Amino acid sequence: MEITYWNKKIETIDRDALRKVQLEKLKKTIDSALKTRFYKSRLKKAGIRSGKDIKSLSDLEGIPFTTKDDLRECYTDGLLSVKLDDVIRLHTSSGTTGIPTVIYHTRHDLDKWTELVARSIIATGAGKKDIFQNMMTYGLFTGGLGLHYGAEKVGMTVIPVGGGNTKRQMQLMKDFKTTVVHITPSYMLHIYSKLEEYGFSLSDFNLKKAYMGAEPYSENTRRKIEKLFNIEAYNSYGLSEMNGPGVAFECVYKTGMHAWEDAYILEIVEPKSGKALEEEKEGEIVFTTLDRKATPLLRYRTRDLAFVYKGLCKCKRTHRRLSRITGRTDDMLIVNGVNVFPSQIEEVIMRIPEVGNNYQVHLEKEGALDKLTVKVEIYSKMFKGDLKELDVLKEKIKTELKASIIINPVMELHEPGSLPVFEGKAKRVVDLRTKI
Amino acid sequence: MAKQLNVFIENKPGRLKAVTEVLAGNKINIDAFTIQDRGDFGLIKLIVKDPKKAYLVLADKGYACAVKDIMVISPKDKIGNLSRLSEVLLKNNINIIDSYGFVIESEKKGICYLELNTDDLKKAKRILDKEGFKVLE
Repeated sequence: MEITYWNKKIETIDRDALRKVQLEKLKKTIDSALKTRFYKSRLKKAGIRSGKDIKSLSDLEGIPFTTKDDLRECYTDGLLSVKLDDVIRLHTSSGTTGIPTVIYHTRHDLDKWTELVARSIIATGAGKKDIFQNMMTYGLFTGGLGLHYGAEKVGMTVIPVGGGNTKRQMQLMKDFKTTVVHITPSYMLHIYSKLEEYGFSLSDFNLKKAYMGAEPYSENTRRKIEKLFNIEAYNSYGLSEMNGPGVAFECVYKTGMHAWEDAYILEIVEPKSGKALEEEKEGEIVFTTLDRKATPLLRYRTRDLAFVYKGLCKCKRTHRRLSRITGRTDDMLIVNGVNVFPSQIEEVIMRIPEVGNNYQVHLEKEGALDKLTVKVEIYSKMFKGDLKELDVLKEKIKTELKASIIINPVMELHEPGSLPVFEGKAKRVVDLRTKI
Repeated sequence: MAKQLNVFIENKPGRLKAVTEVLAGNKINIDAFTIQDRGDFGLIKLIVKDPKKAYLVLADKGYACAVKDIMVISPKDKIGNLSRLSEVLLKNNINIIDSYGFVIESEKKGICYLELNTDDLKKAKRILDKEGFKVLE
């Protein structure tokens, strides 16, 4: 198999040299972090006053973890380490409640992110000759823009279509002979199921590769998609706190995703104790940014569960490989590639007086796609007896939920006391989806 | 003014039975009813002898319900009468939210239950009286 690299030197750097690169960058990152309100006090408590206090990579263990809640509390500028003048973009993402989190980027930060995506694309054997149709949502969601700039950097012909509108996706794939798509696996299956209905057949397309991420899926689903479309499908991993896509990506051997370790220090820890785990042991992924000036993050708990593969990949890249994401340490739901916390839904329902405090979230498959239904109870004392008022109420909850969780839920109104009462939060979610 | 009891129900088998069972258990007789459907939910609208009591016994069981003032008129069963009635409402810019009607005695007497979009039902009553429509209490 032909192996291609974007930056062979750094991608195949030997591990000792990589560790040196990491240490030097970590020192700089600590210095940047000390410029933020949040880390200034936190690092002081840990006895770190300058990057020079870090003598070896093992000193990292003395630094406390950073959590999603920390990010939320720092909203908007508690983690900003440069002048806003030097920031050229920001991405916010939904927090676990109504308060979002924000990541700022300087030009340097975006250049580095773009390079990681370019590396990832080249690692799959794609290149400037390819026609790249980006079916991930653009905007604050990092999936769209992240791959977009990397693909342009590589020199691919980019079609920035974004998500949805299946018929138009097919038409573009046919008209421009798209060779590579960036997509969620469930949307890929959805496209396949709609081919006939929209009057297309696989012979209209020239598809070679799919980059699939933003939601968990099994090896079987990958094989299924590869077989259905007769393509190669590559697993992609990223999260907005670590820029977005391009954190870890599969190479042509498709045996785990190379995490770009010159840009991130990767740790796998036991979720409860926070203790480091060895290779092949499943735990929570923890990342430290090494190439980010505007929003440096130290030991960020991703809440994603995975493990690191043992040994070197046949592609000769020395950056270790992450397994596919096997689960979460929290109750986050992934609905058609969008991250949703039940607490966000709860927060919306609690501020609507016409419904009771009891609610239920149902997740099921409608074809290949996820359907999210939110069931609420009518609050007797607020009921005026009009259907119109109920229609308005339903629309109101739908609009407020859409604003909070980005996706459009199906709303159901129920009689008071008809939904089961749960003690625990997680049980409010009934997930009937079969794993793909 | 005539009262109607509107009860919120989920649209699934057994709900009408559950509501009417509560009324029967409390010896409340139903004079008329209709169901308005909105897909996964709807309203049961009831005309009962003692709407206040019916409201209390249903609310006590946890039902979301409300008593609404409605207009009940008893026009003659005569060709063109509904058309005339709606013309009167139109002239006074009153819209009908929901309604049901039927004939009690052929060629003599009908009944129309009207939910109207006006806050001033008394005025609506005066208008209808004036036009010769018999409004029932």
